[in-house]
Amino acid sequence: MSTLLDVDDLRVTFPTRTGRIEAVRGVSFSLGRERLGIVGESGSGKSQTGRAIMGLTPPQAEVTARKLAFDGIDLLTASPRDRRALRGKRIAMILQDPKYSLDPVMSIGRQIVETLRTHEKVGKAEARDRALAMLEAVQIRDPARVFDLHPHEVSGGMGQRAMIAMMLIAGPEMMIADEPTSALDVTVQLDVLGILDRLVSERGMGLIFISHDLRLVSSFCDRVIVMYAGKVVEQLPASELGRAQHPYTRGLLNCMPKIGADRHPLPVLDRKPEWAA
Amino acid sequence: MTSALSVDRLEVVFDRFRALKGVSLEVQSGESFGLVGESGSGKSTLLRAIAGLAPIASGSITVNGKKLGARRDKAFYREVQMVFQDPYGSLHPRQTVDRLLQEPLAIHGFADGQKRIQRALDEVGLGTGFRFRYSHQLSGGQRQRVAIARALILEPSILLLDEPTSALDASVQAEVLNLLEEIRRRRKLTFLVVSHDLAIITHMCERLMVMQNGEAVEHLTADDLVERHVSKDYTRNLLRASDGFVRTA
Repeated sequence: MSTLLDVDDLRVTFPTRTGRIEAVRGVSFSLGRERLGIVGESGSGKSQTGRAIMGLTPPQAEVTARKLAFDGIDLLTASPRDRRALRGKRIAMILQDPKYSLDPVMSIGRQIVETLRTHEKVGKAEARDRALAMLEAVQIRDPARVFDLHPHEVSGGMGQRAMIAMMLIAGPEMMIADEPTSALDVTVQLDVLGILDRLVSERGMGLIFISHDLRLVSSFCDRVIVMYAGKVVEQLPASELGRAQHPYTRGLLNCMPKIGADRHPLPVLDRKPEWAA
Repeated sequence: MTSALSVDRLEVVFDRFRALKGVSLEVQSGESFGLVGESGSGKSTLLRAIAGLAPIASGSITVNGKKLGARRDKAFYREVQMVFQDPYGSLHPRQTVDRLLQEPLAIHGFADGQKRIQRALDEVGLGTGFRFRYSHQLSGGQRQRVAIARALILEPSILLLDEPTSALDASVQAEVLNLLEEIRRRRKLTFLVVSHDLAIITHMCERLMVMQNGEAVEHLTADDLVERHVSKDYTRNLLRASDGFVRTA
């Protein structure tokens, strides 16, 4: 399996008035053309890891790594211009809530066409045709109608599909999905995941799926990385989640209520300081 | 057993949109009752209508044997309290925890405020060290505990819970769910819980109602749900969705 992304000892540090805060503290992993899940609770650094790869870390923060390479390109020394060319074209990102990640004053179709024409030389008519085809690929029933709608006129599930269409139109090789379904209803969630799954496997993309939901990630991904306090505490194949070793992973799995399990009170997570060490 | 809360053919209309289309339910005293459904199904609207936060077009609500009129008296708000979904939005950002908890006591004219505040904080596991902090100095779980303390301080008999843990991390969710169960047992409270998560509802509630498009789809017991004795496709879909993603080859 060819390696698409190589991350070695990634650190993201934020300077604050009370000292330096290390949000990500030495994360290492590599990604091939597979589905990798990054799981953790709020503040574990999972989103900052995704953003650092994408190059979306706020300017005041400091990103260091022994190696951060995408397909042989060193992302740390790449010029802003080169990174801009990568972003959207070869690496795409889906964010949590389509309400905030889509431009509210631009029709959905125009946003998709804008992405395409930024990265490829195509005529207006062809761009429109490709955008419509992409909307169809994310199972939007009436693409021509949705093309002209503004984001506030569509539902959350539809908005997220449009977002996926926009991210996939330039044919990226790697996609980072940061909580792509957390803002959606459970039933819609599965539709969106199904679309994402099909497109990723058909196109042979690498996917980084960032989520707080351990169970969802394990049912969707091939491999899971569990993060706690900016570090990777465990890395394992999703199918072996039941055999997780680290007490944090096990505690996280254990503390969720399950249908059919009558446990009162629920086991709670007993955080040990040495996990963060 | 007596009925603590009974809702009869309740209709809520926003402009011309019927958010609730004649919903009825009956909750026994000391029972925990769940409401599930997708967003837009009317479950939160039903809760808000009971709390007096949504316009009621027709139908009636009876609390502890007393039918509610158009204007609700203070006694009603002592009996029925609500905990909201988002602990970041439901606490006043410029009031300390102490000030927040004093508000309901002042409205209802309680004299022994100091003691009650201390007791309420102890009960939700925060202790008096949190008393003079602002909400931005607290974590999400701590804020939700403050919101629960504020609801409990008037010693209500019915607690309305609108997605009480959906904004919290899984490990914090477990702590808050345990706290709610313990309080219910100790104070013999009646719960009406809204959640989109079937696992939480089967964990917390004995009976539940499934809602869709402002209507009740079916009434179930938690055991029915566990054994999957459901009659409607809509409920079956919700159950399947809660099992997680299944790859179709």
